[in-house]
Amino acid sequence: MLRADSEELERGVTTRALGIGSLLLLVVSTYGTFFLARPDRVQGDAARIVYFHVPMAWVAFLAFFVVFIAGIAYLRTRKAIWDHVGRASAEVGVLFTTLVLVTGSIWGFPIWGTWWSWDPKLTTTLILWFLYLGYLMVRAYAEPPRGPRYAALLGILGFADVPIVYLSSVWWRTLHPAPVIGPLAAQQPSASIVWLLLLSLAAFTLFYAFLVAVRVRIEQVGAGLRSQGEVPSYADAPIGSPAPHGGAARI
Amino acid sequence: MTANRPRYLRQLRALLWKEALVESRSRETVLAAVIFALLILVIFSFAFDLRVDQAAAVAPGVLWVTFSFAGDIALGRTFARERDRRTLDVLLLAPVDRSAIYLAKLAAVVATMLLVEIVAVPASIGLFNLRVDGPRLALSLGLGTLGFAGVGTLLAAVTAHTRAREALLPLLLFPLQVPVILATVKSTAAAIQVPGGEAADAGSWLALLAGFDVLFLGLSVLLFDYAIADD
Repeated sequence: MLRADSEELERGVTTRALGIGSLLLLVVSTYGTFFLARPDRVQGDAARIVYFHVPMAWVAFLAFFVVFIAGIAYLRTRKAIWDHVGRASAEVGVLFTTLVLVTGSIWGFPIWGTWWSWDPKLTTTLILWFLYLGYLMVRAYAEPPRGPRYAALLGILGFADVPIVYLSSVWWRTLHPAPVIGPLAAQQPSASIVWLLLLSLAAFTLFYAFLVAVRVRIEQVGAGLRSQGEVPSYADAPIGSPAPHGGAARI
Repeated sequence: MTANRPRYLRQLRALLWKEALVESRSRETVLAAVIFALLILVIFSFAFDLRVDQAAAVAPGVLWVTFSFAGDIALGRTFARERDRRTLDVLLLAPVDRSAIYLAKLAAVVATMLLVEIVAVPASIGLFNLRVDGPRLALSLGLGTLGFAGVGTLLAAVTAHTRAREALLPLLLFPLQVPVILATVKSTAAAIQVPGGEAADAGSWLALLAGFDVLFLGLSVLLFDYAIADD
């Protein structure tokens, strides 16, 4: 059913390479995080989470930047691939934003003494999470041909909003002095910390690329099957029509 | 569009007239939004113990939550009404510039929200026993309302074509509105005079609001065509 031409094969090889590469790097950086890095003088073992937390935050922001670019490209070219990329990147971005919020809280409780603080970075990340949850909801609820267009639009609006959200939350907190936080910024990081962090960043970025590649592929296969009428999709049915019967069983 | 300025203005005037006429005949949006806002204010008075010494601190937040909810109602109605009566397709068939449709809808939402504010602000001044600096409050309300309605009108056009509709609109709108809410609450607080308190400076917040308004009004005009076009 799917053409197994050279392009297809090449893409499979690239995706596999991304997967294996990110797996290797993740293994090495995880080993480094737990066995090579020394406990922080002030924070002890809690500081190790930085090698997960920071790369996850980086991936989340990268993902939403890709959503923004894909949104513009989709509106200009109307090519389905940009829509697939935007959707895949948004899903991975929301996943990683969730992980950032969770790992941040896990670190914050022993170090700050609280799970949450209205620090500008935390505030902005939380708002990002809400913004792109909305993006995914629009994709799920929009009437058939409109979903990709609306999503592209929201991806652009959301990304344009991020700097303003950050600025306003910085000012908001400046006016209400918060407890002094940010122990990592106060001290000079040693070279080994920087190298391990860079390694983790590379590992997570590759992992992101792998997830997006796989997700785009699923999206393309799904679109192909739907166009051949093999998978009745509730999301594609007009409003008011009955739900498809046994949709999943026919894949 | 700019080459044909008189024509564009004529279109805009006709669309504004249509909005005013529809609302004056049905009165469903303005009345609902105003009464809803008053109700919210009363509920806030129950929910918080708003004595004089606390009222000045809580009132800006109360006011802006109220206006956001009332604005959400106004926005939810503006395109849903067109959809329910199947007039949206006709509107799109009319030989008018799409941005004129956006601006007319925006004007209708802003007008509704301003009416809500004209009723709710004096009511809250009475309920919470506030002293306000009129012009500064008006500036804050005006910029905030424009920012809220500007991107809100675009999102209302989007959510009118989703299954969840009114439920989805605030989920998209409120996260985007975080800077507007923060800035308006702060600048409104600066316009409320606290006995014995120093006048706070709200200049940078108003500048942020103005920046938000310009950026998102521009983006909304640019993107509105994609929100409403049928392809």
